[in-house]
Amino acid sequence: MRYAMAVDTRKCVGCSDCVVACQTENNVPIGFCRDWVVEVTDGTYPQLEMEIRSERCNHCVNAPCVRCCPTGASHFDAGGIVMVTHNDCIGCGACIASCPYDARYPHPSGYVDKCTFCIHRLKNGMAPACVDVCPTKCLYFGDLDDPNSEVSVVLRMRKSKTLIPEAGTEPQLYFLI
Amino acid sequence: MALADIPLSFPGGMAAGILAIAALYYIRGRENDYKTAVRITPFLTPFLLILGLFALFIDLRHKLFFWQLYTNIKLQSPMSWGAWTLLVITPVSFIWCALHIKDIFPKWDWKFKWLYVLEAFFNKYKKTFAWVMLIYAIILGIYTGILLSAFNARPLWNTSILGPLFLASGLSAGAAATLLLSKDAKERKQFARIDLVMLGIELFLIIHMFMGFMASTQVQIEAARLFLGGQYTMSFWIFVVIIGMIIPAILEIMELGRYHIPVLIPAVLVLFGSLMLRFIIVYAGQVSRWLY
Ligand code: SF4
Ligand code: SF4
Repeated sequence: MRYAMAVDTRKCVGCSDCVVACQTENNVPIGFCRDWVVEVTDGTYPQLEMEIRSERCNHCVNAPCVRCCPTGASHFDAGGIVMVTHNDCIGCGACIASCPYDARYPHPSGYVDKCTFCIHRLKNGMAPACVDVCPTKCLYFGDLDDPNSEVSVVLRMRKSKTLIPEAGTEPQLYFLI
Repeated sequence: MALADIPLSFPGGMAAGILAIAALYYIRGRENDYKTAVRITPFLTPFLLILGLFALFIDLRHKLFFWQLYTNIKLQSPMSWGAWTLLVITPVSFIWCALHIKDIFPKWDWKFKWLYVLEAFFNKYKKTFAWVMLIYAIILGIYTGILLSAFNARPLWNTSILGPLFLASGLSAGAAATLLLSKDAKERKQFARIDLVMLGIELFLIIHMFMGFMASTQVQIEAARLFLGGQYTMSFWIFVVIIGMIIPAILEIMELGRYHIPVLIPAVLVLFGSLMLRFIIVYAGQVSRWLY
């Protein structure tokens, strides 16, 4: 099993519903977020090109955050989901410094926190909160090892990219372009 | 965002330098020529290491789980290496001081018999012990740099030159400490020479670091630009290179020649330069990032 997510940059309107849904679902403290929306505008008016991306942890296959964690708090869970065990984490910040995507934040309780692909919902057969709430249905989630999963199908049909693949992290968050 | 372990960098690097020099001269049988370096300066290291450990602890956000560092060995994590190295080198520094405590307090009495037995034991195997100290001191010295260079996400840190650079900086700080404490003119001359060599190596490594960056990818070129016209240019070249390296090097060359310079000046400047080097690299590194 290999969980992955695809974000359709052509459908995303940047409404930030995914951000709010995540903050609510995961009780993210005020002032922090596990997912966020990036808008990139290129060109000069009136020739403009815009890309909107809903970003979060990439659940990298070759995750530097897991490698540098001195306690094993950051680890790979089922389906390649990168997780932090709160009570193993000493809050040293090594993983925060090691993530090229700045996907982690220090939780006010001391440990480090980040996107979990809503692993607690997956266990109950549900999709991550952001995927379910998206009004334009631009987030696709599923198992890459299953050729018929939503994410496998859309990644076969559409052109996609990942962020900073040259960092060697093998990110599993794909952006449909 | 601050990375814990960073406040350890300066005291840790300096302690590593002092202990490595002490062990090296002891192993080479020069302890009578360089009494201060082998017997006196190491008394600073327990304080430096404790200070560093304390600062590290303060910086951890989930303090109550500190012990997790010592229930795990993660070979791929530099911080795990650092934690375990400290666990060895701190008691080693204490023992080294205990073996030489009579040089500071001639009337010292261990009070308990088993402490005398222990002292005799370590004295018997002192050479082996010095080797252990040398190896762990070098690991600690390199570690302060490798911790940073393992972070691919921060292009400025992502160069293996930081390992030897921080080791050289620690050794020069260690030599400066002996320079400050020694009352023997011959020893001072020798340590001014060591300091000079280390400063030369540091300058060489810094130049190579920037050459490597400029010949590398865009992100590393951007990282180097922080120091070549960017926001850290003045602080780096003035505080680290000119005040912390070139001026003390010139003063030490003059001292080795005919002039008499109060050692306080170059020694303090070297310590200041070593502190600033770490400080600036650590802060600038957190500014540098991949662009996307
Ligand atoms: S995106 Fe960052 S936090 Fe997530 S797995 Fe990759 S390196 Fe780790
Ligand atoms: S902050 Fe926690 S999860 Fe991150 S590297 Fe340190 S111990 Fe591991």
